[in-house]
Amino acid sequence: MHELSLAMSIVQTATELARQEGAARVVNVTVRIGHLSCVHEEALRHAFTLAREKTPLADSSLTVIPVPVRIWCHTCHAEQELPSMQRFACPSCGNPSGDIRAGQEMEIESISLDDITAETTDDNTPHP
Amino acid sequence: MTTPRILEVRTKILKQNDETARAMRQQFDRLGLLVVNLVSSPGTGKTSFLLETLRRLRKQGEPVAAIVGDLETDNDARRLAESGAPVRQIMTHGLCHLEADMVAQELADWNLADFHYLFIENVGNLVCPTSWDLGEHVRLALLSVTEGEDKPLKYPGLFNTADVAAITKCDLAEACEFNRDLAMANIASVRPGMTVFETSAKQGTGIDQWLAYLASRRHAECHAG
Repeated sequence: MHELSLAMSIVQTATELARQEGAARVVNVTVRIGHLSCVHEEALRHAFTLAREKTPLADSSLTVIPVPVRIWCHTCHAEQELPSMQRFACPSCGNPSGDIRAGQEMEIESISLDDITAETTDDNTPHP
Repeated sequence: MTTPRILEVRTKILKQNDETARAMRQQFDRLGLLVVNLVSSPGTGKTSFLLETLRRLRKQGEPVAAIVGDLETDNDARRLAESGAPVRQIMTHGLCHLEADMVAQELADWNLADFHYLFIENVGNLVCPTSWDLGEHVRLALLSVTEGEDKPLKYPGLFNTADVAAITKCDLAEACEFNRDLAMANIASVRPGMTVFETSAKQGTGIDQWLAYLASRRHAECHAG
């Protein structure tokens, strides 16, 4: 369950950014998760619902963009998407390549902020 | 209520861990300390492999140390201490992997300039440790002959973050009907060109090649010593 550690990092980073930006709430977090990153999307979503409690992300949604594995083929001189993670070889010419260009991502791409300043919500008034 | 504003972030989820790891690696480089992170499933024989590694390096007169991560117990640390090397246990109490700040905390009061090699035996797990950089120079993925030849196909993520691989318990290969060629082909399939050490800690085979590799990496990576 390393997804809980990841979810806590996501919440921590988004909380800091929201504070820097003077926003009261984070409405959505978009992450890019590579197929090779060993992150289970459902486990991450579940962990996120636990990690966001009592933070500015309490009502936030999580958008996950899966990133397929892409390698560079040194024979075709082209980037190729791998149809299978069990075979690191060019799908066109069949030559092996371990030159990974995408698919290992674990990134926060963007966050959506509710642009009400933190000061105006200090009374914890619920949002409409 | 205003429309939500989208803020482009483009940052790694584990940015903080990566920064801690990078700072540690710079420190290791300056001190001439080569750091190795050992990753495998539970029962692959990481501890036996590491014990033999520590013993041989000490016999060569190399100052070595080790840190070992486990969910519970300090059994592995006690076994590794039989080598005579300083060893510390990190008990994660349920956490399935080591993180950079755990290692940093453990190293805080060690005089790292005293050592040439530091080994970090990760928690036995083929999935979770792959995401956390611990500041190591070398990540070793271990696979035992008792686990079956298809482990690399099942865990391509690990084999693609590791620098080199070791097959352990080769003394049991025949009894397990281990198909060596198939295992090598599977490793090459998920990680073309990966260097693989075929070892038996019990019989002492393959360890010399592993140590020669470590010496060459230390020479290449570290600017002191």
